[in-house]
Amino acid sequence: MFDAIQAFLSGFLYDWLAITLTLLLQAIAVILPIMLVVAWLTYAERKVIGYMQVRMGPNRVGPIGLLQPIADALKLMTKEVIFPAQSNKYLFIIAPILAIAPAVAAYAVIPFSEGVVVTDINAGVLYVLAVSSILVYGTIVAGWASNSKYAFLGALRGSAQKISYEIAMGFALVTVLMIAGTMNLTEIVQGQQGGIWNWYLLPLLPMFFVYFISGLAETNRTPFDVIEGEAEIVAGFHVDYSGMTFGVFMLAEYAMMILISFMTAIMFLGGWLSPFEGIPLLETLFAWVPQLAWLSIKVAFLLFVFLWLRATFPRYRYDQLMRLGWKVLIPLTIVWVFVVGAMKYFDFGPWFN
Amino acid sequence: MSFEQFIFYLLAAIASLSGLLMITVKNPVKAALWLVLAFISTAGLWIMAQAEFLGLVLILVYVGAVMVLFLFVVMMLDINMAILKEGFTRYLPIGALAAIAIFALMYLVLGPNHFGLDKVAAPVSQAADYSNTKAIAIPLYTEHVYAFILAAVLLLVGIVAAIALTLRRRPNGTVLYQDIDKQNRTLAKDRFVMVKMDAVVEKPPVITEGEEKK
Amino acid sequence: MGEFLKHQIKTWGLTELFKGLSVTGKYLFKKKITVRYPEEKTPLSPRFRGHHALRRYENGEERCIACKLCEAVCPANAITIESEERADGTRRTTQYDIDMFKCIYCGFCEEACPVDAIVETRVFEYEFHERGPHIRTKEDLLAFGDQHEAQIAADRAADAKYR
Repeated sequence: MFDAIQAFLSGFLYDWLAITLTLLLQAIAVILPIMLVVAWLTYAERKVIGYMQVRMGPNRVGPIGLLQPIADALKLMTKEVIFPAQSNKYLFIIAPILAIAPAVAAYAVIPFSEGVVVTDINAGVLYVLAVSSILVYGTIVAGWASNSKYAFLGALRGSAQKISYEIAMGFALVTVLMIAGTMNLTEIVQGQQGGIWNWYLLPLLPMFFVYFISGLAETNRTPFDVIEGEAEIVAGFHVDYSGMTFGVFMLAEYAMMILISFMTAIMFLGGWLSPFEGIPLLETLFAWVPQLAWLSIKVAFLLFVFLWLRATFPRYRYDQLMRLGWKVLIPLTIVWVFVVGAMKYFDFGPWFN
Repeated sequence: MSFEQFIFYLLAAIASLSGLLMITVKNPVKAALWLVLAFISTAGLWIMAQAEFLGLVLILVYVGAVMVLFLFVVMMLDINMAILKEGFTRYLPIGALAAIAIFALMYLVLGPNHFGLDKVAAPVSQAADYSNTKAIAIPLYTEHVYAFILAAVLLLVGIVAAIALTLRRRPNGTVLYQDIDKQNRTLAKDRFVMVKMDAVVEKPPVITEGEEKK
Repeated sequence: MGEFLKHQIKTWGLTELFKGLSVTGKYLFKKKITVRYPEEKTPLSPRFRGHHALRRYENGEERCIACKLCEAVCPANAITIESEERADGTRRTTQYDIDMFKCIYCGFCEEACPVDAIVETRVFEYEFHERGPHIRTKEDLLAFGDQHEAQIAADRAADAKYR
């Protein structure tokens, strides 16, 4: 579709302008739905946590509170952005941009259904990993530019935590690559074709948990939100942010949550594939369901787990967090790399062909 | 100028500018951030040169890990620029000499005599499904496998050495260490014992008949 | 050995985490206890201590005899009373002010009153937008009492056997 638009535009515009405009349109086509999902994810979070605490959650703005995110956005946008004295103004403004830009840029390679992807690059997994590793800079720069002790402590915790968990995350991805034999996300999903038993969830069950737990740490969600740790360091790296600059940090956090859910769904839960593949009756019964719907259901479930975990677990202590990352998750992933190697060598199960 | 060329010159300009700013800017944290920008734009250039694996690994390793640790350290330092700048004029001649020597060497190796469109053939334009990762992996694990393993062992030794340097076990009793595994193993019954005891009933004072009469 | 194996299974099976998740999962479907305030209200006790009121006898005579016991007992010094002799020789208040900002709604004034003149009603939904009206005068309190007399009398009757 976008090729047609580009051809149409280059009919009466400069070539480079046509390309830029098409790229812009593609970006908007992906970012706009994501941002809308982010908005209502905040609503869902408050509602789910409220329900788990036997409360109602937001229910005042609009029917059953559905317009709450709009009210929140209006409130944040009309609030004054306060610059702390002695802060570094440029970096103070750049920090939220550094936080949200990678979170959004990573969606460039996510296949939403077969062939529906902005850029189908070969090193898709590596791209997502690389781009999400830039995300740390939002935290670090925010903490440093605020010129506040609490923000700085948050930034230090954040940088150490994210580097640690990135290793576990990377190793978990390595096992996926070993099975799939490709770094292209579309091909990874295609490799899981042929029913629920062919999903990589089964041979990589521990890696699924490791990836998801590392994802929690990467996105600073409870129980790993020591960066924000209200009880210890007020609000961590974004203590001094107000109004929309704060809002952008929140957007980045939720966009990253959705990204992690997408990646988990694509790599372990068969992406857009139907779970009823290969089952005679159910397969024909659910044949009309679009691929995007299956992927959305999987992503929505994983996002629900994010919220569920937040409602259930207390925050980790910082040293325990580091211990979990270095002494439990990373050795586990390394062991599993060898297990998958052995499985591949002996051609175990339906996953290697 | 084609679109690719425009992107190339844009990234190249950003890379050189941020490299320049990195060595001129006073604040070390800002210098590190400029270096990060230089890395990212260089990664972009590499990806344009069909080396997407190297470009992404550059971001993943240098931007995502090395520079974060670098910033981590630099942010916590309290650097006094005045002391650092002491004796600048005294060492200027030697420094300038070293700089000129390095520049001359680089010019000899990388100068127009060896590089240029006429010297190096244009790289073969690969199809879209060409995997740069595979192209790197195959010689790495076949031709150069011993060098690769050697490098890996060297890095492992480095890791072990770095950990061993910071590992400091103090004699028992001087410091209290936490054994988190032991803490996790603790069950409620290890800490809390329910003791069954009969209730103490205070008996009313027995008054014998004789005493009452007294 | 058995203990060790049990511990390992418990740890790597994440049993405790799943136990916790199941608890919150169950609570997700429990009936919510939230009272949606303006539409729903919690039941109030007859002893509820809200806005003050001065009562009258059935014949329209005001109960307060200006004994100033409430003024004396008030821990926040919120009550101010002036009195004089009325034409018929009885002692009555000329001024009976309650500073609602000072009042801590302890109910001591009601306890102290020998003629049940000053009472605290169920009404708690009132607000002041400026200084001035927050000092409730005798007229305000009497009018408030007249307005809510039925409820006040019912509450006193319901609570009478416990006093």
